[in-house]
Amino acid sequence: MSRIKEHPILGNEIRRKKVTIYCDNREIKAYEGEMIAAALIANGIRTFRYTKRFDKPRGLYCGIGRCTDCVMTVNGIPNVRTCITPVEEGMVITTQEGLGCWERSGDNEKI
Amino acid sequence: MNKTLKTIGAPSMEELRCSAAFPEKKDYQRGPIAIIECTEEIPCNPCETVCPKGAIKVGDPITNLPTIDFDLCSGCGICAAKCPGLAIYILDVNYTENEALIMFPFEYLPFPERGETVSLVNRLGDTVCPGRVESVLSSKSYDHTTLISVAFPKQYYEDVVSMKKLG
Amino acid sequence: MKKYEVVVVGAGPAGLSAAIECARAGAKVLVADENNKPGGQLFKQIHKFFGSKEHKAGVRGIYIGEQLLKETENLSIEVWLGSEVCGIDADKSVWIIKNKEESCCVKAERIIIASGATENSIAFEGWTLPGVMGAGAAQTMMNCYRVLPGKRVLMIGSGNVGVIVSYQLLQAGAEVVGIVEAASALGGYGVHTAKVRRAGVPFYTGYTVKRGIGEKYIEAAEIVKLDSDWKHIPGSEKILTADTICLAVGLTPLIELAWLAGCRFTYSAKLGGHIPVHNKYMETTVKGIYIAGDVSGIEEASTAMEEGRLAGISAAWSLGYYDDQEAEILIEEEWRKLNLLRCGQFGVNRKVSKDEILNKWEEMRNE
Repeated sequence: MSRIKEHPILGNEIRRKKVTIYCDNREIKAYEGEMIAAALIANGIRTFRYTKRFDKPRGLYCGIGRCTDCVMTVNGIPNVRTCITPVEEGMVITTQEGLGCWERSGDNEKI
Repeated sequence: MNKTLKTIGAPSMEELRCSAAFPEKKDYQRGPIAIIECTEEIPCNPCETVCPKGAIKVGDPITNLPTIDFDLCSGCGICAAKCPGLAIYILDVNYTENEALIMFPFEYLPFPERGETVSLVNRLGDTVCPGRVESVLSSKSYDHTTLISVAFPKQYYEDVVSMKKLG
Repeated sequence: MKKYEVVVVGAGPAGLSAAIECARAGAKVLVADENNKPGGQLFKQIHKFFGSKEHKAGVRGIYIGEQLLKETENLSIEVWLGSEVCGIDADKSVWIIKNKEESCCVKAERIIIASGATENSIAFEGWTLPGVMGAGAAQTMMNCYRVLPGKRVLMIGSGNVGVIVSYQLLQAGAEVVGIVEAASALGGYGVHTAKVRRAGVPFYTGYTVKRGIGEKYIEAAEIVKLDSDWKHIPGSEKILTADTICLAVGLTPLIELAWLAGCRFTYSAKLGGHIPVHNKYMETTVKGIYIAGDVSGIEEASTAMEEGRLAGISAAWSLGYYDDQEAEILIEEEWRKLNLLRCGQFGVNRKVSKDEILNKWEEMRNE
């Protein structure tokens, strides 16, 4: 929900290098190397996908790549575990509907 | 006995008085002493190994409850900064004529300033009385645990254990 | 096919400790871990550890993690990150998806499985809503990525994980609206519960969470008191405003690889579920396959490191890097340190359960 700028144990935020990612067309500044889920939650985005049968919202759950609740479509690839996938410059992330679908072919072009 | 540690999270005075390291009335008159609120057998003994006076004993096995020799304790506060459970504070009931001084470990930001008035709390987190910050002590060897000393009306010496988080 | 004397699965406290002992003895070791960073869950443990000096008591988990990484580096141990071990064959072939790209198979003479554990869940109305998460997930977000997962958090479970994460949420600037415990007594160490209590966090002993309330994400939680049969007491409900519900209701060992490898199991409720049966050298019922850390029963990082060392020393000994006398001394020393962590009112149950597993190994050997 927010960044922790000062921390009694971890000290002050010293990361500087940021990348730009896009979530549902919204431009988001993320720290290089952080996980997609962390960047989204820091920017107030908590709903990552909607389920196939009942269209129910889901978000981060286990945070270590096991439960697959936090999957989203990333650069056209559906079902990417956002809690263990680091952000990259220009990454395009979309809220996943149901099981998602592949949005790009092997040559990185949108189809 | 009124036991509350395992139901509301904080020990009752009765529970504390039954633990070997808790001071008796007369011990408070010796000047600053370490009050150890550690009443369960957990495997832990840094309080023993860091005490420069050899006042605190845990022994073998390391799940023994600590004991303290108040003749040796100088109230230096190293144990309070080192205890992984943040279960030790230093109390000087005769700091001034009307005030006691507590030095407790604190790991929340922001820290108070010297001279600032803060709200002192009891074991349940309820405000007991205001207090005046006398010192804020950080040291590399304390590893991000800060010792905060606060003077307060001495009648509350058995209740006050920490301060309300600021900010 | 690449060959290693020892392949260690998992670069957490147990796996790294095991690898360090193997490499120190002279064995050629590979460590594989599916995460992009080594250290397992150590880097979210920002509190000071218990134990004695030899267990690095008083040192925060993050620094213990850094020390382990340094030792790993100094010993030039090969570590494959982002590399998931997806299979172990009976002949000790280890199948790895290296760097999430390339499937490969390496041949090991000894395997040490230190795959760790996963958090348990409890199901209740609304538990799938965004904002309900494992306490460990919240801990990862705030301590590894410096992101506060919520502003008002309700914690379910008062074991050490629940109370420690609650404390760390307070340190990170969140409000903890309460800690709910279904049992009649709190589970965690008293020093931890006292720490959050004096920060004003209330404990709801004998309560459980009934419902997570919200449309798109959690906006409140309903808790309810339980009777002696663990049934909801009607009329005792309370609504607490919260944007996050954290679940700290125990851990389960990650045993899939040990299953695949053909290890035999026993059930231990106290240790978190089905546990690969092993002996005092941490060797399973499959010769040459060892386990260490939470996969061999849920304990703590301190015990995981000692068990890792024990498994590493044993594996190195079986490869001939120690003679019997040297090995015996080292192994006895590890057991001394482990036993120190497994006594007292909290540790003794684990000691008893662990002994049961060792006995089971003897039984199975004699079958």
